[in-house]
Order: sequence, then structure tokens, then C-alpha cells
Amino acid sequence: MNDTAFVQLLDIAAGLVLVTSFAALWLRRLVAVARVIAVQGVALAAVAFVIGLYEHENELVAVSLMVGALRGVVLPGLILRAVRAGDERREVESLINVPAALLAASGLTLIAYAATRDVVALSSTPQVRALPLGVAVMLIGMLLIVTRRKAVLQIMGVLMLDNGIALVMFLGTSGVPLAVELGIASDVLLAMFILQVLTSRIRNKFGGTDLDQLRELRD
Amino acid sequence: MSATGIAVAMLQVVLTIAAAPLLVGMMRLVRARLEGRVGAPIRQPWRDLRKLLRKERMVSANTGWVFSIAPLVLLASAALVAGIVPFLSTRSALDQVGDLFAVVYLLLLGTVFLSLAGLDAGTAFGGMGASREMTIAAIAEPTVLVAIFALSVSTGSSNLGAIVAATLAHPSTAASPESLLAFAALAVVTIAETGRIPVDNPATHLELTMIHEAMILEYSGPDLAMVELAAHLRLVVFLGLLANLFVPWGIATTVQPLHLAAAAAAVAIKLVALAATIAAIEVFIAKVRLFRVPELLAASFVLAFLAVTASFFLA
Repeated sequence: MNDTAFVQLLDIAAGLVLVTSFAALWLRRLVAVARVIAVQGVALAAVAFVIGLYEHENELVAVSLMVGALRGVVLPGLILRAVRAGDERREVESLINVPAALLAASGLTLIAYAATRDVVALSSTPQVRALPLGVAVMLIGMLLIVTRRKAVLQIMGVLMLDNGIALVMFLGTSGVPLAVELGIASDVLLAMFILQVLTSRIRNKFGGTDLDQLRELRD
Repeated sequence: MSATGIAVAMLQVVLTIAAAPLLVGMMRLVRARLEGRVGAPIRQPWRDLRKLLRKERMVSANTGWVFSIAPLVLLASAALVAGIVPFLSTRSALDQVGDLFAVVYLLLLGTVFLSLAGLDAGTAFGGMGASREMTIAAIAEPTVLVAIFALSVSTGSSNLGAIVAATLAHPSTAASPESLLAFAALAVVTIAETGRIPVDNPATHLELTMIHEAMILEYSGPDLAMVELAAHLRLVVFLGLLANLFVPWGIATTVQPLHLAAAAAAVAIKLVALAATIAAIEVFIAKVRLFRVPELLAASFVLAFLAVTASFFLA
């Protein structure tokens, strides 16, 4: 793989991770958002895969395949199950409307570029130059958590936040040892299980997962 | 501004005016065939225009001068843009004087005059259509600017011909993230600005959701022919921009007649492919609710915005 092709593939894959996070804010149906998160997981794996191929690190290629399976298939599959279990497939109640959310996310992207300026200045590799995208995905994940009411969507926000952290990790360090990556993956999987159990218990107890209604005490 | 450059610009305008109704006719035919209808022949839009031009000019007594000159302004601005945009050669004379900003504001000039004409007649439909058109234009025009701006950042020039020439010189930039994002943004805006599904339905009259047709309801005869021809021209201009900014191969970098003929064939193939794709997609999707249109356009603006940030920070 030559340098130009590497830079373009890396930028396209990392750009896709960011674009999917915007798509998650834009779409209204819960199932569609869950699928977009799956695409984001695959794009994230593609970033690791491209870096692994370029630097001839077989371990990173293996990690990328595992990341693709976990974040592209397993975790979105869990979320889809949680969505289908409830009768709330047609979302989306948001605290701010869609154009405002998209503009806020654009602002967050600019903040990510501004905040990482000093880090990017340290090195001129294409990986480090794409690093702000990971920070932007983290911030947009937080935006999703803050503005959405349904617990299921907030879980998706957590997953997006974690995808952003993973993207920063791949771009900043060119991959961590397999043992560490396995540890992170099992942590995320466990967190997803716990959140899914919590969501289904909330639904069983209160009939819905609108968290705003859980704020007030009632007899 | 050389004589040959002027000749190229004139040739572009003439060819675009001749081809625009045919392209629209082809899109209608593709749609009809996919829906299982026989459909009108490809030259039907030209026949319609000829019929309208023969008719008497009827103007409501309550309209002012804006109503009378709006079709002229609309057609003239669209024809001028057809001369500026690099369709055949990167060395068109008008392209040297007009750049990205000129193109966007010439197109906006036509939009504004058509909306004013819609308001001028004082009918309910006209006002409604004008207000909707402005809602869309207010988000769509900045998106066009920002999307093309993303391409001009790497070129260092806002001249459309220079952008196309730079993409020709460095083919790998055509697949960079910023140009992919800008392409997606410009594609959505093209659909909104030319009044196609899912934003507007070009085939309906007297429907509560329509935009373009509501504004031109009061026009008849030669005036209506001019408005229709301008609408066809705008479609070709937007599709041509989309085709030549992102897939510029085939365009002539000289002004030799042979190269120009080859370029005309190349741009015709690109336009037909693009138009047929749009027509085919339209069969399968429904028009979105009017209140969802700003969401669609906000998404395209965000894509254009991301394209600019990518071309600034990643390149």
C-alpha cells in the first residue's frame, strides 16, 4: 500500500466514523440509529485494519477483526434486541430539534479540532492529523446522551462515546497490546449487558424508558 | 478574454439550452418506463415550450413590473450560469470573470425574482410557494457555497475552471474525504434546488405541498415557456456542476474544436447517467413532509461543513 492510498483510506474510514455519528443524530427511528452505530463500529475496525496493513502489524489486524465483530455486530445486535423488546420503535423524543442538534454537533467538531491543535502539532503523521475526528465522535456521543430521553438511545450514546475513545486510541498509539484491547472489549461488553438488563427492568417496572419521567418522586 | 473563449462560452449556452428540455424529457421517460407506463417521447418538453410560445400572453391586471420581468431575469441568469460553469472546456471566457460566488448568486437572483413574482400576483398559492422556496433557498444556497468552497481550499482558487483543472492534474483528490462529503452535500442541494422528489414533486399541479409550481401558477403563454425553460436549464447546470466538479474526466483543457466535441460527448454521457439515476431513484422514494425538508437540508449543510473542516485540517 503506497502512502497516498494509505492516507486516503485512513481519512475516509475515520471520516465515516464521524459522519455516522452525525447520522445517528439525524435519524429518527431507533432501529435505524442502531444500524448506523453498527456501521460506525465497522468503520472503526476499518481504521485499525488499514493502520495494521500499512505498518505490517499482524496483531493490529487481528485486533481490528475482533473490534469489527464486537462493535459492528455483537453490541449493535444487543441494542437492536433491546429496541425490539420494547414497543417504542418509532422514537425520537429529543430535547432539541434535529437541525439544532446537527449544528451543535458541528460546533463540537470545531471544538475538537481546536482542543487537539497542540497534540496534532506534535507529529505530522496522517494518523495524528485525523485524531480530532475521534475527539469529535466522543463529544457527539456525549451530546446524544445529554439530549435524548429514552434509555436505549442513551446506551447508544455511551457506545458512540466508546467508539470515539477507541478511534483516538488507534490513531494516537497505532494500536495497544492485544491483552489490553481484550480487556477493554470485555469491559464494554459487560457494561452493555448491565445497561440492557437495567433498561429492561426499568421498562418492566414503569412501562417505558423515558428517563425524564423517573426524576420526580411519586407515591 | 480571448475570442475563442467567448466562442466556447456561447457554444456552451446554446448547447445547454438545446439539451436541457431533452434531458428533462429523458428523465420523465425513464420514470414512466419504470412505473410501467409508455411515457411521452423525449422531445415532449420542447413541444410543450413551442406550444406555449405560440399562445397569447395573459397578465393579470393586478400585477406589477416584477411579475413581467421575473421570467426574463430567471432565464437570463440561468443562461449566463450555463456559460460560466465549465461544461466543455476549462478555458471558457466567462469562467475567467465569473467564479463560484458569481454562480451561486446568479442562481439565487433567479430564485429571488421568481419568489417576488409569486408574491406579486397576490394569490394564496403564490405567496405560499414563495415562502417555502425562500425557506429552502436560505439553507440550500450556503450549502452550495460551502461545498464548493471545500474543493477550492485545496486548489487555492474560487474559479470553477481552476478547480476542475486541479482535479484533472491530481486524480487522487477526487476520492478524498472532503470531495466525497462535498459531493454528498451538493447532491442533496441539487435535488432541493431543482425541485425533485423528495423535496418537491415536479409532476404535480395544485397540490398543497408543492413549491415551484405554486409560484408560477399565474404565468401563461410565452412567460410560462421562459420559466419552464429556465427550470430545465437550472437542472442541467446543477447536474453539470455535480458531474464536472467531482468527475471531470473528458473535459477539454484547450479550445480546439475536436477536443470540444469530445468534451461535449463526455458531458452528455455524464448528464444522461446522472439524470437517469435520479429519475430511477425517484420512483422508489416518497416525498418527505415539508417540515422535514429543513432537516434534510441541515444534514447536507453539515456534510458540506465537515468537507470544509476536512480540507482544512486533514489535507
